[in-house]
Amino acid sequence: MPDARSDIFARIREALKVKAPKPHLKGEPAAGKTSAVAKPWLPEGGETADASLSILAEQLAKLKAVLIRVPDHAAAAKAVADLSSSKGWKKVAYHGHPLTRPIAAALTCETWEADASFDKQKLEGCDAGLTTCEAIVAQLGAILVSSASSGGRALSILPHVHVVVAEASQVVPDLGSSLALVQARHGKDMPSMLSFITGPSRTGDIERILVLGAHGPKELYLVLVG
Amino acid sequence: MSDSKAIFLKDATVNAADGDQRAFIRKALGGYYVNRDLQKARYRDWERARDAASLAKWSAVNDLANVLEKFTANFERNGGVVHWARDAAEARAIILKIAKDADAKAIVKSKCMTSEEIHLNEALEKAGYGVVESDLGEFIQQLRGEAPYHFVFPCMHVKREAISELFTKHLGTAPTDSPEELTMIARRHLRQLYVDADIGITGANFLVAETGQISITENEGNARLTAALPRIHIALSGIEKVVSHLDDLSVLLPMLATAGAGQPMTCYNTLYSGPRKKGECDGPEEFHLVLLDNARTRLLADPEQRDALHCIRCGACLNVCPIFKNIGGLAYGTTYQGPIGSVITPHLRGLKQWNHLSGASSLCGACTDACPVRIDLHHHLLHNRRNAAKESPTLFDRVFHHGFNFVIKRPWLFATGGRIFRATLPLLQKLPLPYMGAWMKTRDLPKAPASSFRDQWKNDHA
Ligand code: SF4
Repeated sequence: MPDARSDIFARIREALKVKAPKPHLKGEPAAGKTSAVAKPWLPEGGETADASLSILAEQLAKLKAVLIRVPDHAAAAKAVADLSSSKGWKKVAYHGHPLTRPIAAALTCETWEADASFDKQKLEGCDAGLTTCEAIVAQLGAILVSSASSGGRALSILPHVHVVVAEASQVVPDLGSSLALVQARHGKDMPSMLSFITGPSRTGDIERILVLGAHGPKELYLVLVG
Repeated sequence: MSDSKAIFLKDATVNAADGDQRAFIRKALGGYYVNRDLQKARYRDWERARDAASLAKWSAVNDLANVLEKFTANFERNGGVVHWARDAAEARAIILKIAKDADAKAIVKSKCMTSEEIHLNEALEKAGYGVVESDLGEFIQQLRGEAPYHFVFPCMHVKREAISELFTKHLGTAPTDSPEELTMIARRHLRQLYVDADIGITGANFLVAETGQISITENEGNARLTAALPRIHIALSGIEKVVSHLDDLSVLLPMLATAGAGQPMTCYNTLYSGPRKKGECDGPEEFHLVLLDNARTRLLADPEQRDALHCIRCGACLNVCPIFKNIGGLAYGTTYQGPIGSVITPHLRGLKQWNHLSGASSLCGACTDACPVRIDLHHHLLHNRRNAAKESPTLFDRVFHHGFNFVIKRPWLFATGGRIFRATLPLLQKLPLPYMGAWMKTRDLPKAPASSFRDQWKNDHA
């Protein structure tokens, strides 16, 4: 008996011998240029950096994510320290990176560089995870993290609070630009996980009523420098 | 009558008469309509965006062999293992073998309709593995011992009181009527399970040929945890989920969320390209992908209905369907409910047994209007009806069609029949007609015209 793979491919090739008519649609298949073609139809992402930033602020507010804009790195460290003391965090895990290390150093609670010595049980007990990101998508209020930018897969999802620190220059207008950016940055050597985070974890499974903090973080902060 | 039809008719009749439950479902969907419209309004041209989304899927499905080949080559290059399953039994056997080889103790799952399709949980449990559904809605349905009611909103029909009772019974928690508190109970209960599980099983919403990544859409974060903490990640996907380019997701991801849940994007859209890479601190050591045919190639072989494979399982067609809203999701008795389920189930499980679903439609076309990838759903319901009448006509089909054929070819007979019909129409109003009782109770037949259309035409043009 032929193996399942060859069997399935044979069935597919046989099935496709009869062509389906191209659907009655405007336009042609975009062959890798979908975002460029569809850009004028999709939600706006802003034509200038300022426009993108204001769309981003609006989207994040609707998603119940908190945007904290600060002028410089010292102010970022202070903002996170204030947040930590006002929320009473006892343990904060962070991704080791030049953007996050000074912030972690300024915290008075226990801190721990999660990617240096990973321990999932310890991570589960952390109050907050502090990471960087790959890019921020203004159009949708989405933050793109990866296993490379965010201390692996668990740090940005397991702790109860997620704090992302980024430069304002990391904001891109739309989803298409962020996908192009990671492809240009990583080429064929993509981080094993890339994740668009659009607001704090949520569910509507009980009577379609929105509840934040289903399994992932209940709170999401974006500290934007510059 | 097929068993599935008899069950369907019985359940649909009971559910449609349950006014309370129908009102509850309508209310639950109310917020969705508002949010969906708000999000759609942000699109500068939703209709053209639908064209783009549809074309992205159309070009992949109609070049499936090449696109799949490219996808699997890239997926394997990234370090993942691809398994092929012709049918449900093969898929189950593959997953059971992985679990056995890994000597697995605990398995955690995130939402995956394909696993419902192959009845994976039953198979794993029978083999002695503990399996926990981690999506809140699926977790609730698992505790209830019931199939999902809606493939995106699995427990939308369950009232909070019932969920509270369920949690009290199974988890020993205090009763509460707050959805927030109920969600937190599940959160606390499941967290340690992710940490302890050795295998995480997920579905996949898209397979990206260009990069060899799989894309998973969710809101809760349970799929992310499922693919982060256990030592082995198994993803199960139908072969039709593949798209050619990463860039195609720039349209598909937001439209999936807007059409299906009224969101700009779902909370987490995650691309996995392989197991943990060198230098990464966590993530699974093994990444398996099971690619399932299970009659999808049969649908592919029908060029007329091939576009049903474009479905991105957003659930929008269920949310707007008057039939779904009145009879509820469980009455369908299928893995995929609503209009798309009625279209594809006859292909997946047999036309004869499942064609009745295509009859359960008012052909209003709301589903076709709602579909972000422009599947011609309500016409496909008609196609199914036609195919069924061809493949195995019922006695009624045969008698009626032969009779009609006989009469229509004989003008004198047609005219005589018309005369008799016009004369007896007032009588029909009073007779207890078979099958028509309920309809006639609240409706009057129109008055018969004095002469036939043909006679009127002849007179006017004489
Ligand atoms: S058929 Fe269309 S509307 Fe229905 S679930 Fe599939 S993609 Fe969504």
